[in-house]
Amino acid sequence: MLVHLQGAWTPWLGRLTLSQIPYNSPIVLGAFVFALLMAVPIVALFTYYRRWGYLIREWITTLDHKKIGVMYIIIGLVMLLRGFIDGVMIRTQQLLADGPRSAAHLQAVHGYLPPFHFDQIYSSHGTIMIIFAVTVVLTGFQNIIVPLQIGARDMAFPYLNAVSLWLTAAGAALVMISLFVGDFSHAGWVGIIPLTELPYSPGVGVDYWDWALQLSSLGTTLGALNLITTIVMMRAPGMRWFRMPFFTWATLSTQTIGLTAFPVLGVALALLSCDRYLGTHFYTAGLGGNLMLYTDLFWIWGHPEVYFIILPAWGIMSEVIPTFSEKALFGYTVMVAATLSIAGLSWAVWLHHFFTMGAGPGVNLVFSVSTMLVGIPTGVKVFNWSLTLYRGRLRFETPMLWAIGALFLLLVGGLTGMMLAIPAINYTVHNSVFVVAHFHTMFLVSVFGIFAGLMYWFPKVFGFRLDEHSGRRFFTFFSLGTVFVFAAMYILGLMGMTRRLDYLYDPHWQPLLIIQEFGIFLYCVSVFYFCKMIYVSIRDRAKEAHGQDVWQTSRTLEWMTQTPVPFYNFAVIPVVHGRDAWAMRRDSGLTATSPDQYEDIHLPNNTIVPALLGGLAFGFGFGMVWRIWWLAGFSLLGIIGLVILRSFADDKGFTLKAAMVRRMERNHEDTGIMTDHISPPVAELMLFQ
Amino acid sequence: MSRTAHRLIGPEEPLWAPHHPEADPVSMHTLGFWLYMMSDALIFAALFAAYAVLDHPYNAAGGPQIRDVVHPAGAFIQTIILFTSVFTYSLSMVGLKAGNRAFVIGGLLAAVVFGAAFLGLELRDFARLFAEGATPDRSGLLSIFFVLVAAHGVHMVFGILWMLVMMVQVAVKGFTTAVVTRLLNLRIFWMFQASIWVCIFVFVYLNGAYR
Repeated sequence: MLVHLQGAWTPWLGRLTLSQIPYNSPIVLGAFVFALLMAVPIVALFTYYRRWGYLIREWITTLDHKKIGVMYIIIGLVMLLRGFIDGVMIRTQQLLADGPRSAAHLQAVHGYLPPFHFDQIYSSHGTIMIIFAVTVVLTGFQNIIVPLQIGARDMAFPYLNAVSLWLTAAGAALVMISLFVGDFSHAGWVGIIPLTELPYSPGVGVDYWDWALQLSSLGTTLGALNLITTIVMMRAPGMRWFRMPFFTWATLSTQTIGLTAFPVLGVALALLSCDRYLGTHFYTAGLGGNLMLYTDLFWIWGHPEVYFIILPAWGIMSEVIPTFSEKALFGYTVMVAATLSIAGLSWAVWLHHFFTMGAGPGVNLVFSVSTMLVGIPTGVKVFNWSLTLYRGRLRFETPMLWAIGALFLLLVGGLTGMMLAIPAINYTVHNSVFVVAHFHTMFLVSVFGIFAGLMYWFPKVFGFRLDEHSGRRFFTFFSLGTVFVFAAMYILGLMGMTRRLDYLYDPHWQPLLIIQEFGIFLYCVSVFYFCKMIYVSIRDRAKEAHGQDVWQTSRTLEWMTQTPVPFYNFAVIPVVHGRDAWAMRRDSGLTATSPDQYEDIHLPNNTIVPALLGGLAFGFGFGMVWRIWWLAGFSLLGIIGLVILRSFADDKGFTLKAAMVRRMERNHEDTGIMTDHISPPVAELMLFQ
Repeated sequence: MSRTAHRLIGPEEPLWAPHHPEADPVSMHTLGFWLYMMSDALIFAALFAAYAVLDHPYNAAGGPQIRDVVHPAGAFIQTIILFTSVFTYSLSMVGLKAGNRAFVIGGLLAAVVFGAAFLGLELRDFARLFAEGATPDRSGLLSIFFVLVAAHGVHMVFGILWMLVMMVQVAVKGFTTAVVTRLLNLRIFWMFQASIWVCIFVFVYLNGAYR
């Protein structure tokens, strides 16, 4: 059954040999040095200040949804940087390798990247940006904000929440280690079939891609059921469905998509794994395989995934725009209906990714119409945001700048999407960079939404504002970079430039490629200002410290909690009287009121088990990639054993006495400082006491 | 101060809900588990879709057709055994209502035995097919046949493992909230596997044999 592979294989190390470490490639070596330069100071600082214990007790073992969310966002931002560097390399290669006379550097015939390396870079760029950057950051936001917005003390399943995080981290770690040990997939982020089959990709690259996606999609599925249960079961008294903050509605739609779409990806990848490991013929070109089966299954997940990414960003815009327009969201009910119908339509449009498959005019027509239908609720949203802005008292602080930027991008991305929904147009521009420009515009709506959310909620989570000055420069350079790169890319697409080219044959594209590279330069400047913004904000955190409601006009319950939010969120669960609960309290002059009686608060203890499960999942993935069967087997048994062991543990949880809650809350009112240094103990440590 | 588009909160209205009851853990876990089952249902939906695509003489690639590999009579016996397993699990739920530990453990044990018998027959069936040379790597059709049936079988293995753990937990811990919740969710899981088997029996075995 097991496929016989050519090449070296040993029982202890599987396919892993020393020659698999590409120390002779100057680019990989450079990346390794860069990673060391990032990692060594962090490790040194933690060791110098003796913070490892703190890191494990307060972060690695935590079940607090806010800390888990912060860790999601940190992973996502690190991956965003990695994906960005990949993007820079792609653009630079295409600039250098244009035309037969283009210069050759390093080991390449044109440009500086040999084709095999270039293919890995665009594959990892796509995989990282979609699965490990944007999805992960948005999941982080939903983790942090949703329980706060609905007036809950935690998620429905805090332990499962941590498991989701560490599974995602294991997937991200697999992608990162593929840079230094072996190689990554060269078959695009979609896994072009049958290129991903063993005869055409005998290396470990596709396996890395496969297992990284598989692990993180498992984490996402578990996270989805957790968030849905939280929203359904844990709302504060008085928070009826149509009083929920809009971001919560967006999360509910998003996670419904996640719950139903990600299992299909799991199947698509599992069948591919069967082909690669067991020699079955699901997607092979011969012996009864069906290539389009993979493409269909992949996009049955892939298109809902697109909305999985965009809906939370729209949720963020729907929180930011009302806050900085100083009025309620226009057409709340219609907005909810629009979000739900986009979620519903997301399952009915997948075939538009391959109109050229030749399914016939009937099939193409159905999917063309269903794709155009998406434009209706999306248009409704654009009008609702515009009408929220209309006659509002607009304040252009950084979150608002990003939200407005996203609104403009959505127009461009949405209208080009409508063009692509027409099969006749789609046939002519299929596989061109016009398509690439379109979906980058849409993903950038998400990215703009992410930065809006980052600026908007950062003070809530950390207690101080991000530096406005460098934040504006970050926004300016990022937006200009977007214009230069993608305006040129749209034109290049219409000029006939196709995707994924390591060598461009037409020298007439040179001017536009130079414009794109200039845009990339502007992006690089914006990264500098992002780092400066973080640095300046942390340096001046005392000056920029703020109370519970930093923007003064925010509307939802998360702004009612103390800042930074204590681990129990709400000392006493608030009663909700209507939509925009916090705005109602503010207008009624009730912001300063505190509860007259406190209660004992009961929360689960911290535990190391989720992190161990993540580590074992990584071991399983790594073992499967390199076919080190003992490692994969022991990791799998370890996971099963650990889950069973944990099910026998009786976690009594951690109780914070009412008097202590009162002291923490009142102390905060007097001094403005939240004593956040009380958090639940680690359950496993208590065994040894 | 934002413009008010909503009513103001009156002085008599309560602002806080002290001792607000937390969500009932049993119903919360049950909802969560139903959602998990939904994702599991989608895994099987995708596999059945793949079966529908690959269930074509062309995909047999000159090898055995589906009617050559399925034996509905054997599968019917498997069906009866699996339903007996579900029935004995349900009997143990009667014991749960009565709070009788031995009754529950006995019912679970019977469910495990019948579940294992089901798996034994399935493995025997697979061994026979392997001996005939009908292996998953023969054709796309056989690939999806084996993977679909084995995916169900793997679920059964985990269900049996879960039952063994629950037998120990009922004996050691008694009927705590967590244990009862797990027993109720395991019931959903086990009945779901039986319903999936019904689909496999109808679409793969019956439909395959009498076409």
